[in-house]
Amino acid sequence: MKLPPKIKDDIKDATANLNVAQKKIVQDMVEKKYARMRVQAGECVGILSAESIGEPGTQMTLNTFHFAGVAEMNVTVGLPRLIEILDGRKSISTPNMEVYLQPPYNKGKDIKKIANEIKEIKMSELISEISLNIADSSLELSLDKAILEDLELDSKTVKTLLTKKLKAGFKAELAEEFLIIVRLSEKTKDLKELYRLKETIKGVYVKGVKGVTQVLPIKKGDEFIIITAGSNFKAILKLDYVDPIRTVTNDIFQIEEVLGIEAARSAIINEAYKVIQEQGLNVDIRHLMLVADTMCVNGKVKGITRYGIIREKTSVLARASFETPLRHIFNAAKIGEEDVLNSVVENVMINQPVPIGTGLPGLVTKVK
Amino acid sequence: MEFDITKHSLTPKHTKLDSKEEEKFLEDTKYRKVHLPKVFLEDPSIQHLKPVVGDIIKIERKSPTAGVAYFYRVVSDE
Repeated sequence: MKLPPKIKDDIKDATANLNVAQKKIVQDMVEKKYARMRVQAGECVGILSAESIGEPGTQMTLNTFHFAGVAEMNVTVGLPRLIEILDGRKSISTPNMEVYLQPPYNKGKDIKKIANEIKEIKMSELISEISLNIADSSLELSLDKAILEDLELDSKTVKTLLTKKLKAGFKAELAEEFLIIVRLSEKTKDLKELYRLKETIKGVYVKGVKGVTQVLPIKKGDEFIIITAGSNFKAILKLDYVDPIRTVTNDIFQIEEVLGIEAARSAIINEAYKVIQEQGLNVDIRHLMLVADTMCVNGKVKGITRYGIIREKTSVLARASFETPLRHIFNAAKIGEEDVLNSVVENVMINQPVPIGTGLPGLVTKVK
Repeated sequence: MEFDITKHSLTPKHTKLDSKEEEKFLEDTKYRKVHLPKVFLEDPSIQHLKPVVGDIIKIERKSPTAGVAYFYRVVSDE
């Protein structure tokens, strides 16, 4: 019997004070116990997992909004988050990242500056006032001096940025030190256009990591990390002062995209386990590992929905038994699909023994 | 700075089985390639192995219950 490495290590630690003969006894006993505790062939582990996650799930709080840690950062927890993970949602409700930093920044050096550099700044944050000059068909943008200095920008760079982002036909010029005037061209003196321009200007990207709407430096253990609202995993890993090895996001699809399917699987397990632990529930991690494996078996993360792993099932009847039965049966009839009755649900439907547990083995007789 | 994603804490170690190892693996386990879980050809975590469709990738997972667990995926392009 081959024991897993972790159990071997545990035995070694526990028997450090014993002599060789005693060690042998312990080893034998562990092996016997291990063999007995293994899941038997035909055990329906999927149903066990579903029940084991589902039952504590009923006791989770439905309180979606929860303030994680120190300051006002909003993170989805509890049942809504668990559903989000297991459904394999493409866009999650509160994406966030834990950004670890390289030394010496992780000891607090320039932490505020770094946090500000990560945060996405849009033009609307630099502008203290926009006034619309109808007679002149122009917009007057007064820039906030204090904020500009904070971000180490000056009016000139803002102006060039605006010119670059705006379509042809608009002209931005620096009238005073902190006043930019954007004019419409002669042809398009339309008031509607001016209002549209105002909204475009507000949304112009200035600097930072796109998608990060909020930053929060906190102390974790003996180092400083930055928690962000909004996630852009690909961009954050490229920054020099970020420790790319430990930095993580809670967006599983971004992890899949950047790190691949195996990393996505670990992320699913970590995220789901975190939810369950936060709620003070006790679910064995093996159940979550099984779910994560199932979601990742085809090389792409598939949620446990009718569009995800259910669609991958080969049996028509099994698919029909989950959701939208008529559609599955009609479609199968149209293309003449076959059902080989290999799995559980379809055999229940037609009143046959199901291939789990004692129903799994067939009987082989030697004919003399 | 381009980061080597195989070093990330979430990515387990991936190795490609050579033809001998592959033969032995299929012989020992009695699996067929169609039964193995898939990994896409474009998956970022296997790019450094220069995979082709049909290769078997051995993954050395760190498992909280077993210490180390081995997992196998076959490279697929669909």
